Amino acid sequence: MTERKTLTFALMDAPYESARTTTALRLIDIATKRGYAVNVFAYEGAVMLPFNRQQPHPNAVHGRNVEEENHLLTKDVVAALMKAAERNGGKLDWVNCGLCVDERGAGEAIEGVRRGSPADFWKLAEASDNTLVIGTR
Amino acid sequence: MKALNIIECAYRATIEEQDDTIVWLTHAMKAAGADLGLVLRGDAVNYAVRAQNAAGLAFGDWRQTQPPRLADDIALLVTKGVAVYVLAEDLVLRGLDAADLVPGLERVTRESLPGIFAAHDQIWHW
Amino acid sequence: MARYLLIESRYSFGASEADFCRDLARRLATADNRVTLFLVQNGVLPARAGAHGPGFADLVRVGVEILADDFSLRERGISSDRLQPSVKPSALDVVIDRLADGAKAIWH
Repeated sequence: MTERKTLTFALMDAPYESARTTTALRLIDIATKRGYAVNVFAYEGAVMLPFNRQQPHPNAVHGRNVEEENHLLTKDVVAALMKAAERNGGKLDWVNCGLCVDERGAGEAIEGVRRGSPADFWKLAEASDNTLVIGTR
Repeated sequence: MKALNIIECAYRATIEEQDDTIVWLTHAMKAAGADLGLVLRGDAVNYAVRAQNAAGLAFGDWRQTQPPRLADDIALLVTKGVAVYVLAEDLVLRGLDAADLVPGLERVTRESLPGIFAAHDQIWHW
Repeated sequence: MARYLLIESRYSFGASEADFCRDLARRLATADNRVTLFLVQNGVLPARAGAHGPGFADLVRVGVEILADDFSLRERGISSDRLQPSVKPSALDVVIDRLADGAKAIWH
């Protein structure tokens, strides 16, 4: 049986801006599949990843309507990862930096996202087996 | 646990945020009891330059009265007990020497990074 | 001997900044640490055989293990037979393995 580990990730990129977001979500996916406890501290633009007002759109250039386009919404990915974590006996604790939320008007996050501070990031990191910071540019 | 923050990315949204957000984060975590060191490398070595002045911006009638004070923020970290390292090679590349910088920093070479890393449990490159 | 995982997500051909991870990997390995350099995203581009760059053989010689994310390779049309011999394709799972094992992990 795989030992249940706890990993913390600090993310900074806003959605639809960087390949780092894709890689970060892939890493979280792998960890949740293992049933790990995963903490995310979303800092700066990353607080928009679980923003609940993201909307899919059709894409005329692709020649697809909204259903056919099946646009990737990061809020849906975060929700799916939370569900997968629970299903696999782990947990995805997503903490949005509160001040970053305020300055971006990003308060409407999906269910399960909580508000926190740098002190929470430090506490999560201290209580984890390891932490990976994925900064922005 | 002791963590080392490394800042490379510089002047990214500092005017909007009125600080560097990782320098700010380091202050906030230190206030929460974190044991931290800080390395300035790449363009971020310029954060240690005393002569920085971002004051005076205005957008229409809106005036920025609280510009970032990056050198002060770095110097304040030192007084709070955070060891602040600045990479000597990156200073040289940018034409900077000790007289340009706030006091209290430790100038270190790339050669010394493995030793500094060994003294920290985690390395966070922002 | 400490374990390090350096994750290189970028490379600008001709820019000295791109050498940060390579330089760090070499210094850490020379200081008797166990070092993996994991290439991901555009960080895999210099791993294609024939790419103009410093290559990776010198790092392998000092004991650095060099892995490249298989998805990033596939996404950029780099098949394993077009990889430089010093670089091995790898699942991203290795990053989670190393994190779980307590390696000091640095994203660049």
